[in-house]
Amino acid sequence: MAVAQNSDGQGKGGLGRVFVVALPYLWLVLFFVAPFFIIFKISLSDTAIALPPYTPVFEGFGAIQDFVSQLDIENYIFLTDDPLYVKAYLSSLRIAAISTMLLLLIGYPIALAMARASASIRPTLVMMVILPFWTSFLIRVYAWIGILKPDGLLTLLLQAVGLMGPEDQVQIFRTDTAVFIGIVYSYLPFMVLPLYAALEKMDNTLLEAANDLGCPPLKAFWRITFPLSLPGVIAGSMICFIPITGEFVIPDLLGGADTLMIGKTLWTEFFGNRDWPLASAVAVILLILLVIPIMIFQNQQKKVA
Amino acid sequence: MAKTLGPVKRKFSPWTDPSAVPFIRFENITKRFGTFTAVDNLTLDIYEREFFSLLGPSGCGKTTLMRMLAGFEEPTEGRILLQGKDIRGVPPYRRPTNMMFQSYALFPHMTVEKNVAFGLEQDKLPKGEIAARVEEMLKLVKLEDFARRKPNQLSGGQRQRVALARSLAKRPQVLLLDEPLGALDKKLREETQFELMDIQTNLGLTFLIVTHDQEEAMTVSDRIAVMDKGVIVQVATPAEIYEAPNSRYVADFIGDINIMEGTVAATQSALGAHGTIRIECDGVSVSVDQECQAAVGDKVAFAVRPEKVRISPDKPVDSAVNAVHGEVWDIGYLGDFSVFIVKLDDGRVMRAAQANVSRLVDRPITFGDMVWLTWPLDAGLVLTR
Amino acid sequence: MKSSRFDATVLTLGFAFLYIPIVILIIYSFNASRLVTVWGGFSLHWYQTMWSNQGLMDAAWVTARVGLLSATLGTVLGTMAAMALVRYGRFPGRMLFSGMIYAPLVMPEVITGLSMLLLFVALGVDRGFWTVVVAHTTFTMCYVAIVVQSRLLTFDRSLEEAALDLGCPPVKTFFRITLPLIFPAVIAGWMLAFTLSLDDLVIASFTTGPGATTLPIKIYSQVRLGVTPEINAICTILIGLVTIGVIIASLNTKRAELRRVHDEHMALRTPS
Repeated sequence: MAVAQNSDGQGKGGLGRVFVVALPYLWLVLFFVAPFFIIFKISLSDTAIALPPYTPVFEGFGAIQDFVSQLDIENYIFLTDDPLYVKAYLSSLRIAAISTMLLLLIGYPIALAMARASASIRPTLVMMVILPFWTSFLIRVYAWIGILKPDGLLTLLLQAVGLMGPEDQVQIFRTDTAVFIGIVYSYLPFMVLPLYAALEKMDNTLLEAANDLGCPPLKAFWRITFPLSLPGVIAGSMICFIPITGEFVIPDLLGGADTLMIGKTLWTEFFGNRDWPLASAVAVILLILLVIPIMIFQNQQKKVA
Repeated sequence: MAKTLGPVKRKFSPWTDPSAVPFIRFENITKRFGTFTAVDNLTLDIYEREFFSLLGPSGCGKTTLMRMLAGFEEPTEGRILLQGKDIRGVPPYRRPTNMMFQSYALFPHMTVEKNVAFGLEQDKLPKGEIAARVEEMLKLVKLEDFARRKPNQLSGGQRQRVALARSLAKRPQVLLLDEPLGALDKKLREETQFELMDIQTNLGLTFLIVTHDQEEAMTVSDRIAVMDKGVIVQVATPAEIYEAPNSRYVADFIGDINIMEGTVAATQSALGAHGTIRIECDGVSVSVDQECQAAVGDKVAFAVRPEKVRISPDKPVDSAVNAVHGEVWDIGYLGDFSVFIVKLDDGRVMRAAQANVSRLVDRPITFGDMVWLTWPLDAGLVLTR
Repeated sequence: MKSSRFDATVLTLGFAFLYIPIVILIIYSFNASRLVTVWGGFSLHWYQTMWSNQGLMDAAWVTARVGLLSATLGTVLGTMAAMALVRYGRFPGRMLFSGMIYAPLVMPEVITGLSMLLLFVALGVDRGFWTVVVAHTTFTMCYVAIVVQSRLLTFDRSLEEAALDLGCPPVKTFFRITLPLIFPAVIAGWMLAFTLSLDDLVIASFTTGPGATTLPIKIYSQVRLGVTPEINAICTILIGLVTIGVIIASLNTKRAELRRVHDEHMALRTPS
C-alpha cells in the first residue's frame, strides 16, 4: 500500500500524506484495476441465460483447484476461430491507424498555423479549438448524420451548385468514409492541442538561426521544426489512436452494417446477445492489443511531467 | 578586494573564547539524497549574535545545510543542536528559526501587510499586537506606504524588503537568509548589505546567510565558512579568509590570485634573512615569510595576490624581495586598477594589479615591455592543501 | 507574407470544419418543419415539445445530478492524486499510481464501461444513479489530476515552505496557501469533469440501471430511431450553456490578465 515516505522530513505531516495518497490510490485500485481482473476472470467463464448472464468459475477463495480445472478458454477459441472477430480487430486497428494519419495530416498544419499566429490571438485560437470539445461528443457525431444522409445537406448543397443531378444522392452515410469523417471531426482537438503545445514552446530563434546558417524555410521545417515537435506528434497520435481503436459511437451512428469495429462488436455481444463472457474476452484481447500504445503514451506523459 | 570593516562592526569574537557555548552546533552532519552526498560529516559551531556566511559554488551543500536547520530536510547522520537541544524531528513550523527565501516566496494572494502578519497569526497573537508588530516591521524596512499592495505591485527591491520584514516579524532566534540579495542589481545589493548589517546589530539576532557571492559574504559576515562538495574547507573571518587562505581551493575561490606549484627547497634554519621557506617552482625560486608545517621536499603551492605584486621596468636592488622577469602580454584597465598579465621568461603567466593613483603616468608600461615583478617576503603564501 | 496567408487559409478551413456542423445543428433546431433537410420557417416549436417531453427532462435532471456529484468527487480525488504525484516524491507503488492516472485517459470507453459493470455485479451492487456517479468519478478524477498536476508542477514550492517556516502546520498550509493559488486549475478541472460526465454515453450505458437514464443515453436511443428536431433543440441548449460557461471563464481570465498588467505597471512606477 501507499505509504508516503518522509523523504523531506516533515515528520508530523505523515498521517495527512498517507491519507492524500491512499484515498485516490485505493479508489483507482478498486474501481479501475480490480475490474480488469474481474473482466479477465469472467472472460474465462461459461455463458448462461441468467442474471448476471454468466456462470461464475470462481466462487469463494478455497476453490483454487476448481478454478484451474474449470478454466475455460472456449471464448478465446471462439474468438480466434471466428474470422468475423479477427476481421473486426484488424479492421479496428486499420481504421484507427488511417484516422490517426488523417488527423496528423489535417491537425499539423492547423497546430503550426496556431503556433505561428501572433501571441495576442493565440489564446483565442486555442479556445476555439477546445470549444467544440466542450460540446457533447454525441451531438457532434449526430450533427454529421444530418449532413451526410442521402437526402441530407451535403446532397442539397451539391445539387444546388450543380455538381450533382437532382436525382443523385451522396452515398457516404453508413460507409467507412462517414466513419473517417466522424472520427477526424471528433478527435481533431485531441490531435491539435498536443501538437500545438509542442510547437508553441519552440524557440523561434532556432528557425532564424537555421535561416541565418543558410537553410531555406521549407528545409528548416523538416530539419528543425518537425523533429522538435515529435513528442507532440507521438502524444497526439497515441491520444487519438488508442480510443479510436475501441470507438463505438461513431461506427454505430455513421458506419454501415459492414463497418467492422471491435467496440461495436463488444457492445452488440453485451447488449444485444447478452453474452457477457464473450464480451469480456473481446475486451481482454482489445486491451492486450493496446498495451504497447498505452505504454508509449504513458512514457511520453511521464517525460512531459 | 578586502573590504575594510565598516563602522557598524563591533568587537565581537566569541569563537576565540574556548568557554563560549555555541548557539547552533552542526555535529557530524551527513546528508545523502539517494547516492549523492550533499553534506559530508560536517561539524560547525555558530555563536549567538553572529552574522555567519556559508559561501561556496552551487551544489556545494550550503543550501542543504541551511534547510536542515530550518527543518525542511533531516540529516541522514549527525545532529543539530540549537541552544544545546537536539532539534531532530521538530517540524519546520515549530522551529524558532525563520527563513528568507531566495525567491522571496511572498504569498501572491495576500497584501504586504497580510504577508508580514502571516507568521504572527500562526502564533495566535492578539489582533492589536499583530497590527503593531506589522507596522513596526514595515517601518523597519521603510515600506509603511505599501502595506495594502500585493507582491506583484512591488519592485524587486521592495519585495526583498517585504520578505525580510516577514521573516523578522516573529523575532526568530536565528534568521536564515538564502541568497537574499541575488535577485537585486549591484548598486541596490550593496546598499542592502549595509542595511542588513544594521538590522542584525540593532535587533541582536543571529543571522545565517547562504551565498555564492564572495564580496557579499566578506562585506556582511563576522565569519565565513567556505564550502566545497559537502565539506567545510575553511572557517574564518573575512580578512583571514582573504589573507590567509588555508588551501588552494579557498585561495582560488576568494578573489584573484597567482598560484604556482612547487617543492619546498629549504626551511628557516637554512635561509637566514631570506624568509622562512624557499620554494622551487620549476626554475623560479620564491621565498615566503610564513609559519608553515611544510618540510623540505614537500609538494606545495605558492600563491600571491596580484595587488601585492609590483610591476616595474627596473630590476629591484633589494635582494630581500622576490623578483621575476617577463614581458607584458596584456593589460586590463578596470578603472580603479589596471591588471597586467605578464608572460614570464619560462612561459608561465603571472598577474599584477596596480592601483591607478594618478590620472597621468610618466612612463606607462605597455604591451611588449620587458618588466620585473616583485613582491616582499610577507606578501606570498604557502598552500599545503 | 506567403506563409501567413497559408496559415490563415488553414485556420479558416480548420475552424469551418469544426464549426459548420454545429452551426447547422443549431439553425435546424429553429426549423418549423419536421424534415431536417427542408426549411419550413423559424419556429420555437421543438423547444416547446422538448420541454413537455417528460422522459427527456427527467434524463436531463439525472445527468445534471450525476455531473455535479461526480465532478465534485472527481475534483477532490483528482486534486489529492495530483498532490500525491507532484509533492510526495517516491512512495511505494508510485509507478502503478501514475499508470492508473494516465491509463483511463486513453482507455477505450467500452472496456472501462464493461469492466466497471462487472465489478458492480461482482460486488452485488444494484446498478443505478450511484453506480454511474462512481464510474464517472473514476475517470473524471484522472482528468482533474492531470490538469491540477500541470499547475502544481509550476507552483513555487518555497511558498509552502515559507508558510511552514512561519509556523503554519501542513494541512493549514494547504488550505491557506496552496489551494487558493491552484484554485483556477481546480475549477478548470471541475468544469472539464462536469462536461465529460455530461457527455458520456458508453460508460453510463454500461453502469446505469433502472430509473437512471442519462441524457446521452436518451439522445442516443432517439437518434437510433431517427433524427428529430427535438434533439437539435436540446443539443442547442447544451451548446448554449457550455458556450456561456466558456465565455464567462475566458472573460475572467482576461480580467485577471488586465489586472496583472496593471499591477506590473504599478510596480514599475514606484521607486524601489
